[in-house]
Amino acid sequence: MSSRDAIIAEIPRLRRYARALTGRVDAADDLVQETLQRALEKWRLWQRERDLRPWLFSIMHNLHVDGRRRDNRIDFCAEDELPVPVQRASQQDALELRDLDRALALLPADQREVLLLVGLEELSYAEVARALKIPQGTVMSRLSRARIRLKAILADEAAPILKVVST
Amino acid sequence: MNAPISEDDLHAWADGQLDPARLMQVETWLAAHPERRAQAEEWRAQAARLHRTYDRVLDEAVPARLIPAANAERWLDARKLAAVAWLGLGAVAGFFLRGETARDPGSSAVANSLPRQAAVAHAVFVPEVRHPVEVGADQEAHLVGWLSKRLGAPLQPPHLEQVGYRLVGGRLLPGDSGEVAQFMYENAERKRLTLYLRPAAPKNGDTRFRYAHENGIDVFYWTDSRFGYALSGNTGREDMLRLATLVFQQHAK
Repeated sequence: MSSRDAIIAEIPRLRRYARALTGRVDAADDLVQETLQRALEKWRLWQRERDLRPWLFSIMHNLHVDGRRRDNRIDFCAEDELPVPVQRASQQDALELRDLDRALALLPADQREVLLLVGLEELSYAEVARALKIPQGTVMSRLSRARIRLKAILADEAAPILKVVST
Repeated sequence: MNAPISEDDLHAWADGQLDPARLMQVETWLAAHPERRAQAEEWRAQAARLHRTYDRVLDEAVPARLIPAANAERWLDARKLAAVAWLGLGAVAGFFLRGETARDPGSSAVANSLPRQAAVAHAVFVPEVRHPVEVGADQEAHLVGWLSKRLGAPLQPPHLEQVGYRLVGGRLLPGDSGEVAQFMYENAERKRLTLYLRPAAPKNGDTRFRYAHENGIDVFYWTDSRFGYALSGNTGREDMLRLATLVFQQHAK
């Protein structure tokens, strides 16, 4: 398999992760595009004994961090800055997607990354540590905090959806 | 072996990352600690919800803009190097315009473009690891036949083994007014030379050696009745002069 084919085969996974990480379709694909471009440029630096997938996630992580720095954005949203979920949504799927996007946006980015790489992309803890260039102990503590926090956010979400927000 | 069950173990249980032996121990422990088991199952449910929500992206058609072009890997490298080479070598062209046209307007066209194009082609292909040449030296007969046919005159890559350079191979390139050829050589230290050959105007017999140096690339070039030649490398002017002389002598025969 050529480098190009191997990388193309990873695009769906990269898109899924980027979608969950950024919460936005366009921003996710922009991030994927940048990641692919960087990967092809750096292909020769890729150490073959490593798996391709964690390496690509590592490139995406770096770009995402750079992007946040460049945009000078805070890495998670304050609760009151988020749009209130629309109650009229006809599709259960769309509602669930928006709820989870919203809940993930409330996590600090470093916790969100670890949670998604472990829970969604099913990387091993060691692979996550390598991809993010942090010790494995840090992976575990971020994972733990992310899970506790996500649970709390989702528990809160159920009620506010039914709240009257304007009179 | 029977280390106490930690929170990390519970995460690893939820994520299916325990080895079988440890899994048994953790399962036993969880059976006796239902509250912690409920917590770990909650984490599993979170992961399942992530999949339920985002796995649909896997089934979406990948937008065309995300698919790298078929030659993207080579193209990106070449584009970057070419940009650097053109920037740096504009100065070389300027140098030759100034020097040669004043004294020798008749050959200015050759003087201006030959060393510049040769140096750009050198800068683009010499760093190439996977595709330095189109046809390798292992098919030298085919390489010679093919390039001779395309350039419309018999040509032969010079042999430089006596000074430590082996032929890597060659490629066909577009020039200003048609095909040009490039041969690449490499020595034991992986230093590379390229010889750039371009069909010459029939009565152009000015065989003076000329020299250009810019951005670390030395170019010796000359023309005879059949070709314009440019030898590019970065092993130093003295060394390059010696090599160019050798090439010149082989082609003058």
